[in-house]
Order: sequence, then C-alpha cells, then structure tokens
Amino acid sequence: MPEQDVCDLPGIVARWHRDPANLVQILRDIQEACGTIPSDTIDRLAALLDVPRVRIESTASFYAFFRAESHGAYEILFSDNVIDRMAGKETLKQYFCERLWLEPRKLSEDGLVYVDDTADIGLADQAPALLVNGYAIPSLDQARLDLVAELIRAKKPLAEWPPMLFEVPDNVRKPGPLTGEAFAPGAALRALIARGAEATLADVDLANLRGRGGAGFKTATKWASCRKAEGESHYVVCNADEGEPGTFKDRVLLASHADLVFEGMTVCARVIGARQGLLYLRGEYRNLLEKLKSVLARRRDAGLLGQNILGEQGFDFDIEIHLGAGAYICGEESALIESLEGKPGKPRNRPPFPDRCGYRNQPTVVNNVETFASAAKIAERGGAWFAAMGTPQSAGTKLVSISGDCRRPGVYEVPFGVTVRQILIDCGAEDAHAVQVSGPSGTCISFREFDRRIAFEDLATAGAFMVFSRERDMFEVARNFTHFFAHESCGFCTPCRVGTTLLKNTMDKLAAGKGSAYDMNEMKHIMHILRGMAHCGLGHTAANPVVQTMEKFPDAYERRLKRLDFEPAFDLDGALATARLITGRDDEWAHLANE
Amino acid sequence: MSKLRVATCSIAGCFGCHMSLLDIDERLFELVKAVEFDRSPITDIKHCGPCDIGLVEGGVCNAENVHVLKEFRKNCRILVAMGSCAITGGIPAWRNNVDLWDCFQEVYHYGIGLENGQVPNDPELPLPFDKVHPINEVVRVDHFLPGCPPPADAIWRFLTDLAAGREPRLDYEMLHYD
Amino acid sequence: MSKTFTLDGKVIPFEEGETIMEAATAAGVYIPHLCHHPEFKPHGSCKLCTVSIGGRLGAACTNRAEEGMKVESETEALNADRRSLVQMLFVEGNHVCPSCEKSGNCQLQAVGYHLGMLTPHFPHFYPARDVDASHPDMLLERNRCILCELCVRASRDVDGKNVFGIGGRGIRARLIVNAATGRLADTDFSVTDRAAEVCPTGAIIRKRYGFTVPIGKRLYDRHSIAELPPLPAKRGEGRGEG
Ligand SMILES: Cc1cc2nc3c(=O)[nH]c(=O)nc-3n(C[C@H](O)[C@H](O)[C@H](O)COP(=O)(O)O)c2cc1C
Ligand code: SF4
Ligand code: SF4
Ligand code: SF4
Ligand code: FES
Repeated sequence: MPEQDVCDLPGIVARWHRDPANLVQILRDIQEACGTIPSDTIDRLAALLDVPRVRIESTASFYAFFRAESHGAYEILFSDNVIDRMAGKETLKQYFCERLWLEPRKLSEDGLVYVDDTADIGLADQAPALLVNGYAIPSLDQARLDLVAELIRAKKPLAEWPPMLFEVPDNVRKPGPLTGEAFAPGAALRALIARGAEATLADVDLANLRGRGGAGFKTATKWASCRKAEGESHYVVCNADEGEPGTFKDRVLLASHADLVFEGMTVCARVIGARQGLLYLRGEYRNLLEKLKSVLARRRDAGLLGQNILGEQGFDFDIEIHLGAGAYICGEESALIESLEGKPGKPRNRPPFPDRCGYRNQPTVVNNVETFASAAKIAERGGAWFAAMGTPQSAGTKLVSISGDCRRPGVYEVPFGVTVRQILIDCGAEDAHAVQVSGPSGTCISFREFDRRIAFEDLATAGAFMVFSRERDMFEVARNFTHFFAHESCGFCTPCRVGTTLLKNTMDKLAAGKGSAYDMNEMKHIMHILRGMAHCGLGHTAANPVVQTMEKFPDAYERRLKRLDFEPAFDLDGALATARLITGRDDEWAHLANE
Repeated sequence: MSKLRVATCSIAGCFGCHMSLLDIDERLFELVKAVEFDRSPITDIKHCGPCDIGLVEGGVCNAENVHVLKEFRKNCRILVAMGSCAITGGIPAWRNNVDLWDCFQEVYHYGIGLENGQVPNDPELPLPFDKVHPINEVVRVDHFLPGCPPPADAIWRFLTDLAAGREPRLDYEMLHYD
Repeated sequence: MSKTFTLDGKVIPFEEGETIMEAATAAGVYIPHLCHHPEFKPHGSCKLCTVSIGGRLGAACTNRAEEGMKVESETEALNADRRSLVQMLFVEGNHVCPSCEKSGNCQLQAVGYHLGMLTPHFPHFYPARDVDASHPDMLLERNRCILCELCVRASRDVDGKNVFGIGGRGIRARLIVNAATGRLADTDFSVTDRAAEVCPTGAIIRKRYGFTVPIGKRLYDRHSIAELPPLPAKRGEGRGEG
C-alpha cells in the first residue's frame, strides 16, 4: 500500500494543533497509521510543522517504537525482562518463530511479520508477555502463541482478534485504601472545595506524603514551591511511564482506579493554579488509552473536569494524554518533559527543577501515578488518617508489584515498614533466595537481609519486587539488567553512553566463560565513574545490579572466571573464523587456543 | 649492576618505532652499556628468552602476532606497548570496518597486476583476524609509550627511567599520539 | 563587593548567575572541558569538567557559582576519573591520530595530554561510522565525533541554520545533518558558518587545509591546553583550527 493512501499527515498534524511540541504524539499517530516513518514523511512533516527536518529526525530516531523500515503488518515484540526469561520466554519465542518460519529481527519473506525483543512491558506478574502492534498479550504459552500464529497466517486485522487474548487481569492480591476501597468520583474535589486549596495543601503536608516514583521527595514541598513559582501558566504532569522492569502497579491503578489518579491531578491543579494537566502514559500501555480517554470524557460530563469544575467559578482544568514511544529514560521527570515537548528524551540540566521551570519552561508538578492517587485519598479523608499508616518517615501504603519465583504474583498494597520476609510469606515465596527491590536501578538483597523493611528509611522502592529462588543464577539476572541499561541509556553523557556498553560487553565476556579478575575490577571502576559522573539517575544506578550481585553472590561470578589475572578482550579463535572460511583452512595454525 | 635484558619486536607495525629507537643517536652507546638485547630485529635472535623488558611495536592483526605477543608476555618481566599501533591498533586498524572478504578480494583478485588470483590456503601464511587490535586487548601490558613513532627522547627517557627502577615520566613535549 | 567561592583553595570572584566554569575561566583557572564553549549555552554532556562542590560531584559548566562554596578540581582522583572519560571517548570512536588532519590542534587529544593519558585503556569498539566528503569545502568525519553538540548549537543558535543534530540514542547516537539524503552537501552548510569552526576534534574539518602547520609548531605541541589562554568569545579568533 502506498503510504500516502492511509497516512493522512495533514489530518494528524491538525489533530495535534500543528504544534511541534506535540511531535512525539504526531510521530506515534503516523507510525500507528502507516506502520513506518519514512524519510519523505519526515520531509513533509518538516514542511507542515515548519521545523527543520533534522529536529524531526532526531526525535524519530530516538524512540524504540519509531522506525523508518516496515516491520510488516504484525510486529511482535517479546518482553525481555529476566522474569520473562525465567518464565520460558526464550523457548516460547523460538517456538513461535519456528511456527511462522521466521527469524527474529528479520522481516518475514512475505513481508507480514517481524519478531524482536523489547524492554519489560509492565506485565511481570503475567510473564511471559508480548506486544503485537503495540497491544499487550500476557501469560504466553504454546496454545496462546499457536492462536496468535494462526491469526497472523489468516491475516486477520488486529481489531478482529479474540478480545480474551488482550485481557489483562489486575491481580490485586492484597488490597488497601487505594486499591480496595470504593471511591466516588468527585469526593476528593468536593472536600477540596469545601476546605480550600491552602488547607488541602496543609493536609498533604500533614500526611507526609512522599513521591511514589522512587526518589521519595515530599509532595507537599513540591506543590508548595510550584504554587509559589511565577509563570504564565502552571502544569500538572502525571508520570505514568512506569518503565522500571518488574514494576506494574501504575498499570493497575490506571486500569481500575483512574478516577483516583485524575482526581489527584485535579486536586494538585487547584493547589498550584494549573489549568492543564498531562498524563504521560508509557507506549507499552497503549491498550489502556481508550479506556482512560473514556474516563476523562465521563469526568468532563460529570463536571469534574473542564470549566468551573463542580460549579466552582474559575476552577478550570483538563487533562490530555500523551503516549510514550519506547524509552525508559522518559520516566526521568525532565526527560519526560522534553518528550512532552516533542524532543528526544534527554534529561535536562538541573537546577532549575520542573517545579520552577518544567513543561514549556513553566512551573510544573511532576508526580507518579500512585502519588496522585494517594493525594486524592488524602484530600478526601484527611492527612492525619494517612499519616497514621506506615512509619513516621514513610507514611501511608505502598503498592508493590511482585513477580518471579512466587505462587501469587501481583499487586500488594502494604503499609510502609513491612518486612521483606512478611511480603515473601504473603506472596508464597518460601524458597526465595534473593529479591530485587525497586527494579534494576534499586537494591538487590540476599536471603540474609529479609528482615529489612520497605520504607524510605531502609529499602526505598518505586514498587518492583522480583523474587529469585535458589535455582536462579544471579549473574544472569544482573547481566539481563546490564543489557537493559545499555539499551536504555539516552546517550547524552559520556560516562553512561560508553560505560553502560562497556559493562554489558564485560558481562557478556564473563558469560562466555572468558572473564578474569581484571574484568571484575574494571566493572568496579566503571561503576565508580558512573556513580560520580553520570548526568542522571539512570547512569548513577546502571552498575548497581553488577556491583550488588558481585558483593552478595560472589560465587555466581567466581565460577565464571577463567583465570585470575587476565583474559583477552575478544575471542581469539572466533576472530579467525571468517579468515578460515575465506581460505578454507582448518590446520593447526589456523586456530588459536583460547587458553 | 647487571645489564637489563631487553627484547623488541614489531608485529602489525611498520618498524617506525624501531627506527625511532635507533634515533637516540649517540645515546645508543650509553644504552648498550646499560642493556643487552634479546630477541629483536637488531640482534636477529628468533625467540625470546627471559627478559627484563619487552618492547612491542604494532597491533595484533593475525594469529602469528598472538604467538609472538604471548611469547613476549611469558618471558618479559615488564611488557611495553610501544607506539600508536600497539596502543590503539593505529593505521592498520583502518581496515577494521572493511569486510575481511573484501580485503581478500582486493588483495588476491582485483589487486593491480593480478590475473586469476587465488586466495592461498598455505598454513605458512598467518591467518588474519576480523579486526586489528591493540596488544592490551590480548595480553596484560605494564606500560604504554605512545607516539607514531614515540620520539627518540621519549624512548630514551622511558628506558632510563625503567632501568633506574622509576615509574617512567614523559615531559609534555614527549607525549604524542601521532 | 562581588561574591566569591574557593576553587582548590583559591578565591574566585563571580557575578550572580555565572557558572563555576565561567567564573574560573575569568579568573584564569583551567578546568578540563570539551563540550563547553564560552560562546554557547552550557550543555553538560562530556562530564570532563566534573568538580567536587562541597563534596558532591557536579559539572562545572552547568552548576552556578554560589557564595562561599568550596570547589575542588585539580585533585588526583578527579583527574584520574576525567582520564577515564577521555579514554571512553577514544574507544567509542575511531581515533587514528597519526593520520588525522586535526592532530596537534585537537582538544580531545590535548586534554588527553593534559591528563597524562597514555592509552585508551578500554577495549575499542571500532564502530562503523560514515565519512561524508560530499561538501565542497568541509569534511564530516564521524569517526572522530565526540557528540559534544557544539556544531549543533553553533548552527542553530548562531548561524540560524540547524545543519546538525544528534540522531539515535545510547551508544548508537550519531551526528546527523539536515538533509533527506543525509549528505552535508545537500544542506545549506557553508565554510563561513560558525559551526564550521567550533568542532573540538577533527570531525568537522576544512578540506585542503590539513597538515599545513609543521609538527612542533601546532597549537598543543609545546603548550598544554591548560596553559593556553581561554577560548576567545568572539568569532574569527577561534583557536584549535586545523
Ligand atoms: C531513569 C529514571 C526513570 C524513572 N522512571 C520513572 C517512572 O517510570 N515513573 C515515575 O513515576 N518516576 C520515575 N522516575 C522518577 C522521576 O524522575 C520523578 O522523580 C518522579 O516522577 C517524581 O514523582 P514522585 O515525587 O511522585 O515520585 C525515574 C527516574 C529516573 C532517573
Ligand atoms: S546518565 Fe545515561 S540516561 Fe542519563 S543523561 Fe547520561 S546518558 Fe542519558
Ligand atoms: S580527532 Fe583528535 S583525537 Fe581524534 S584522531 Fe584526530 S587528533 Fe586524534
Ligand atoms: S562534529 Fe564535532 S562539534 Fe559536532 S558533535 Fe561531533 S565533535 Fe562535537
Ligand atoms: S565541559 Fe562540562 S560537561 Fe562538558
């Protein structure tokens, strides 16, 4: 099909107000409508938006989900978290490829299918999982893949695939105030209007709510500072990028408690004086988009969004949803803002922080999904109620996303202060040997530390909780995470751009049985450079998995070390293979012992 | 004080570093008083015995280079990567992004003056690697002496420092990557 | 009276809003850097200028000077880490100094000399990168590009042209140009552009001007980059041109 026929470029551009700041959204729509973003489309877009093509190309080539070459009618991306691998992803992927007679990373001969891996897609509780043209299918097994293969062979349009394939259960195993209580839309806003913005801010302060996205910054402080900051307009941004492998609790909040989240954003808007809100939804959660839009529409109809909210003169606020396009770094708040502005997701120089200079260089609050949901509850039920849960430094509850070696993976809403051991009992993980708390960028703890607590003062977490039993190879866990960081590094700063790839290569070298103590020291050195010199949190933490597993599971490394002193950087004999092929030689001198 | 035993070799290099070594002029006499040469193009000794210092010129481009390099590593207490090629792969590494098939084609099929050329399969010929590598990617290296070639003064300073048991220190003008 | 902070114990005056780098440069103190240029908006990507600010590490070119802050720069530890960064820049590209027109006038090389870098140390990536010789006057040698974005900033902010940009991400980030063909000749780039002069390495280089200065007389042959006067802010006096 000629691309022009289906791709209504002017229409897409008009839908996004001809605003180059919406470039990521425009490119998403083009990609979705046409399957690719070829070079001539970029030229036409440059003309329509009146921006240099190099700017469009920068953005288009940054995001994993944009591409210039066609991936056929069906693009299948297997989630590649270590949890997916533990659940048999590699074998299933191979099975699937064989069924369709194709090779990964190669468009099938009939131009129909393309199969590849992608970073964790937020379904670790239902691993292995995949995306087909951006839509998630969880709980893969041979039977489900057979069905997918059949549908593809029959060239059935995605819209006609059986809906049960795309059903994603919430798996809330332990409900709490956010996930288990009924919430009447508007309840928090009524309380807010009754008590006023200032009193509500004071309540958020009293509640001691801290950010749920990982860093744990005090929410009231952020809101207060943004409220004070001068600007033409203020913005509320909800960070729903949830890219940290093993995290999926925001998915559940958005799927089943979106009112709570939107209401939290609206409360924030009233407090800081914002008229516009943006929800940055990770591209992998594409299947939530329509539902979220309908919730927004319903809220508008109910007078909970739009002009004069709940009849309150001048309380105007609305929310727009932006989709990501496959970039973990866009969860970092300033990279997220860059992405919202249509640019590659590269973290800004800070200060200034978003509360003073954020979206469109205006004062902006960026909070995690769960933070907004908690804020709505606080507005409704008061700060003291919230502060009574959890610990003094870590008030409230925390949604934990549990996956891996346990009988009941899913979302657990626990009070802060709970021990790892308790959680392991709850989720049925008696033979746990290690837990990766808060994802690859978080903390790896061994069975010796299971009495530690989930709390900002001990184990801070954005929510991931990946369980590994004794049989698991913690080296392979760390290697998978190292690949993740190398793939997700934005490439802006030297230490991370180069350092993450050096780490990845070194881990691969060890995996091939060609490592030495020299390599171990090198990795420690790279970690030191990353921690000290990287530009953002991704780089600062990128070496954590390696360093922590090295420390806590030294055996996993030692049995891989070939020698104690030094091993060549590359496979000597392997590097002769091409020449052997060309010359047809296989004599003794055509080989090198990799001793 | 007993003489230092020094071995030198050029693997994937151009002998430029060796020329520079000879360029230390009359200081050669002083040098000869302080050191004696083991395997080296200067002596024509074919295999390296136990030495104090090994100076390696050139990168690693084929299987034979590895055998030489490993012999040096085994026998030399201090192994020195001498010159840009030994340190970065240097000019020979320009071929690193040319497909090896194309290299062979060019050399044996299309090269000027070749007719009906054939790729030889003679075991006597060293088999080339996919890419040229610096020597520190194959063996542990103790010291690096950059330059293309390293200036004679730098080599002299380097060797006299090593002979005196000092950590070699190059003056600003002696440090060059070209 | 103007405000001050200390840099390695030396008192440095500064104006409100100045970065540590700007104040240090004005006071004649060198802090290693590559992506910084006084004429352009601070970028903060190379991280060579990382200093300790009251014990916390940060880039001198993007962090504002503040009254009374204690900054350390010339410490052995920091210089060792900076050396590692320069080594990373060497191995991620293809730098063959002996055959490079910029050699002797190259800032990447010069900071390497300044920091006593003897080897790129890390395993080389030997990436496959394109060379673009299409332009009549200028050569684009991506093997030597360190992604400092000085050309991007110069073309956008000074020349008003947007000839350059960065495409891709992570280790696959690469310099791209404003043409559908990807060829420099198909952009409006001109040898008189400011962007034609700012590249710290030999990645954007004037054709037919290589190797004109004899070895020994080149910019950094005898003097360390730290000893030379700071880069002039006005055009036409740029140093480091090959
Ligand atoms: C590499 C990186 C990825 C991040 N990803 C997310 C994310 O997916 N979701 C999130 O809420 N915060 C993420 N953060 C944290 C945000 O930068 C920011 O701190 C957070 O959104 C603030 O909201 P909070 O105060 O409510 O936690 C990430 C940070 C880094 C450095
Ligand atoms: S640390 Fe990594 S992700 Fe962060 S700015 Fe640097 S390159 Fe980008
Ligand atoms: S750009 Fe600089 S460092 Fe790179 S090859 Fe040229 S002179 Fe050497
Ligand atoms: S071409 Fe030169 S100026 Fe441009 S980014 Fe690369 S190194 Fe920097
Ligand atoms: S000079 Fe400061 S980061 Fe590059």
